[in-house]
Amino acid sequence: MMVETLQQLLPGFLLPYLDQALQLGAGYFGPVVWQNLLTGVWAVIKVMLVIAPLLLVVAYTTYAERKVIGAIQVRIGPNRVGPLGLIQPLADGLKVMLKEVVIPAKADRAVFLLAPVFAFAPALVAWAVIPFNEFLIVANVNAGLLFVMAVTSISVYGIILAGWASNSKYAFLGAMRSAAQMISYEVAMGLSLVVVMMISSSLNLVDIVKSQDQGLFAGMGLKFLSWNWLSLWPMFVVYLVSIFAECNRAPFDLAEGESEIVGYHVEYSGMAFAVFQLAEYSAMLLGSTLVALLFLGGWLSPVGFLPDSILWLFGKIFALLVVFFWARSTFPRYRYDQVMRLGWKVFIPVCLTWLTVVGVWMMSPWNIWK
Amino acid sequence: MEFKTLVFFFLAAILVFASLRVVTLRNPVHAALNLVLAFFSASGLWVLLQAEFLAIALILVYVGAVMVLFLFVVMLLDINLDRLREGFWSYLPLGAIVALLIVAEMSLVLYARFSSVQESVAGQADASFSNAKAVGRLLFTDYVYPFELASVVLLVGVVAAVALTLRGKRKSKAVSPSEQVFVKAADRVRIVKMAAESSQDEPAGPAV
Repeated sequence: MMVETLQQLLPGFLLPYLDQALQLGAGYFGPVVWQNLLTGVWAVIKVMLVIAPLLLVVAYTTYAERKVIGAIQVRIGPNRVGPLGLIQPLADGLKVMLKEVVIPAKADRAVFLLAPVFAFAPALVAWAVIPFNEFLIVANVNAGLLFVMAVTSISVYGIILAGWASNSKYAFLGAMRSAAQMISYEVAMGLSLVVVMMISSSLNLVDIVKSQDQGLFAGMGLKFLSWNWLSLWPMFVVYLVSIFAECNRAPFDLAEGESEIVGYHVEYSGMAFAVFQLAEYSAMLLGSTLVALLFLGGWLSPVGFLPDSILWLFGKIFALLVVFFWARSTFPRYRYDQVMRLGWKVFIPVCLTWLTVVGVWMMSPWNIWK
Repeated sequence: MEFKTLVFFFLAAILVFASLRVVTLRNPVHAALNLVLAFFSASGLWVLLQAEFLAIALILVYVGAVMVLFLFVVMLLDINLDRLREGFWSYLPLGAIVALLIVAEMSLVLYARFSSVQESVAGQADASFSNAKAVGRLLFTDYVYPFELASVVLLVGVVAAVALTLRGKRKSKAVSPSEQVFVKAADRVRIVKMAAESSQDEPAGPAV
């Protein structure tokens, strides 16, 4: 894979050197080991090609959030550091790195420092199976959606461990609250994904996107009407709102409600706290990407006469991120019992009902997902 | 040594180490975290056997849900470790006999193929083979009755848990959120029209 890509990318006069280098390597290590080595190196390069831009995008998501919320509240937002305030995320990063990480005296040091990693890592690992188009994907796994669900379910550890390791009652109670919230909404999220799996009869994310490319409306050129958001409207709403709750974002950002109840990361400062923030923003980015792929047709173009492109996917992700910012600047924060009620008494019954409805629908002669 | 064998022994070593730490560590939260690590390495071993569905299900169910509840319980309970360790020496002989028996049985079964990593019995499948589909097909055809039975048992568990917690009348006074949602502004606030009054008659108060 790597050799073919290099051959396409490199200018012509370098190709003989490439061949020479390859032969040299094969001669030195032996052909089998050399092939394995190339595969390994290529995998690392692919991971870097996803992670490095991702971190940059996460940094600029914070900038976008401040600008968008500023615009909604008729303010300007950050505009001092660099032109249009564009260097602001880098300045914030530098500031946070220079701050001291205060570790409470009675805290469990190792777990205290491990917790932010537990929170941040899953949101990065899940990108291993996220397709950007049919071919741009780090690992095209058959059980891709299942993998994403499994990996994202780990991020709750970051919260529980942060609360426990701080050895503070406020942080611990906050952790219990946030963890209970995440677990509750995971149920609704999983159930809504089951419906998506059912109608696309696949766990592979590429196949799920492709299955949205066919149907009655797609044949008429109105492709955006055959995406899953319309046929699975209740599941789309449940999934979107559950993502909000999963990321601990407004209006479910109880962890940040310092004035009413304290969150799990009160004892964190400096870079350790910043990693929790990064985790929140990358989880948000991942959530938007998943909504775009599962319900909004991923890289598919909304109309028949425009070509499918990765730019559509980026556009959809950005639009969903703006929905996140918009919700933050307009909705008041939920009370905790209201959060739990919405998850258990509204979303889960809706999901179970719609699961049955879609099951019967698929067995009936009016099945639209063949 | 083949690369696969190397990966197997790497994961197996972590698995054994983590499992040992689960029973030897003093802090129950650290023990639970080591159990999480053990689950991760076990799921890695299953991926090596091409059982990716089982491997991911292990992470999703055990690491993502069961262990989280474990941690909840372990963190919230005030566990007195010294009392737990009291009878260690008196129980040791019995425990050692059971452990030896288990080790002997396992080695009788496994020793024949202990020296090298075996391919899974199902044989090498190509990359497009979907594990989840195969498991699902078996579950809903050959094993549909055991499967349904298991789900009924789980349902009974759910009902039992609800019945245990919902005993007697609710003592706390809470407003129903569905009633709160339907409250209109007119139900709570009355807006009265009145003519503007001048402030000249009033004594000058502090600026508000």
